[in-house]
Amino acid sequence: MSHAAAAEHVGVEPAESPLTPESWGKLGMWIFLAADAMSFGGLLAAYGALRYGDPTWPNPAHELGIQLTALMTFLLICSSVTMVEALAAIREGNHTGLRKFLLLTICGGGIFLGLQAYEWHHLIHEGQSITKNNFGATFFILTGFHGCHVFGGVVYLSAILGRAVGGRAGALLLGLTAAIGTVLAIYVTYNSAMLPVGLLAPIAMAAVVFLVSGTLKGGVYSAHENNEVEIGALYWHFVDLIWILVFTFVYLI
Amino acid sequence: MTTHTPAQIAHEKRRYIQVFVWLTVLTGLELGVIYLPLTKIAIGLMLILLAGTKAALVAAFFMHLANETRTLAWIAATPAILCVFLVFMLLPDLGAITRVFSQATPQASSAPPPPH
Repeated sequence: MSHAAAAEHVGVEPAESPLTPESWGKLGMWIFLAADAMSFGGLLAAYGALRYGDPTWPNPAHELGIQLTALMTFLLICSSVTMVEALAAIREGNHTGLRKFLLLTICGGGIFLGLQAYEWHHLIHEGQSITKNNFGATFFILTGFHGCHVFGGVVYLSAILGRAVGGRAGALLLGLTAAIGTVLAIYVTYNSAMLPVGLLAPIAMAAVVFLVSGTLKGGVYSAHENNEVEIGALYWHFVDLIWILVFTFVYLI
Repeated sequence: MTTHTPAQIAHEKRRYIQVFVWLTVLTGLELGVIYLPLTKIAIGLMLILLAGTKAALVAAFFMHLANETRTLAWIAATPAILCVFLVFMLLPDLGAITRVFSQATPQASSAPPPPH
């Protein structure tokens, strides 16, 4: 019996996805992102519905200040570029480039979260809260939901970095290191309420990830096998894409 | 498993930098547009157009949607289409929910319960 006939006999799925021949995982990520985009779409639509026609809605540019957020937007755009550079590096078989650019992306995501913690601290201490009014509720839910995605992205990319340098154990170790480091960086930034801390604490987290990654051996990616990096990159660019919309709708309009 | 030739990778890298420059320029434009002496609606429409362009650039080139099959592009575009549909569905109620919340007073909640 041929392999194809045997596969048909036992009901095994075809090995190649018709939409994403590289892997089924990539198709799965696209479907997940489509579902996640609808969550953000619902939140943004709710924001618009609550805001429209409310004469007491504050001017977001005055209330929030857009210089810091513009910097955060630029930072996420830069991190998207480092992510595509990481993918291009491993497609060339350049492991050092993959490691370097993944670390820069993780660092960018961490700094974004540090700056968001700094921004939240000031808004909360100026009297804004999730329960105060519709403006506060929609602002904190939208930016908080997106922040959770950035946090997930930092941990996810750290796990990919761990897999790139140390296989499955490396993914677990670096994922945990990044999760704990990022939570600590956010906590320290929020409580210190100082902008330099928001920049330096995530850099320290990325430095720890770098040091731990240096101790690992046995990476799995190559110029031919890099689908997981591409799938992780899809998630990260989606986070960037959503922020572009949140920045415009919540901060600028 | 996919293999990319060095020429393809070099071409993609050049494109990434071009997209990065465009995204930076468009972000700068967004920051400039809000100070223009135009009506709020005109500024809002310009900002939505700029944000849509930026999002499309990220999806097409960073997420490589421009190189994917048309069916996958439709999967990716579905949420955007549904969200626009949702906004139109909400149009008749726009502002009504806000008015209910903003006109609710604390006295309303402490009013005596209706007789049974």
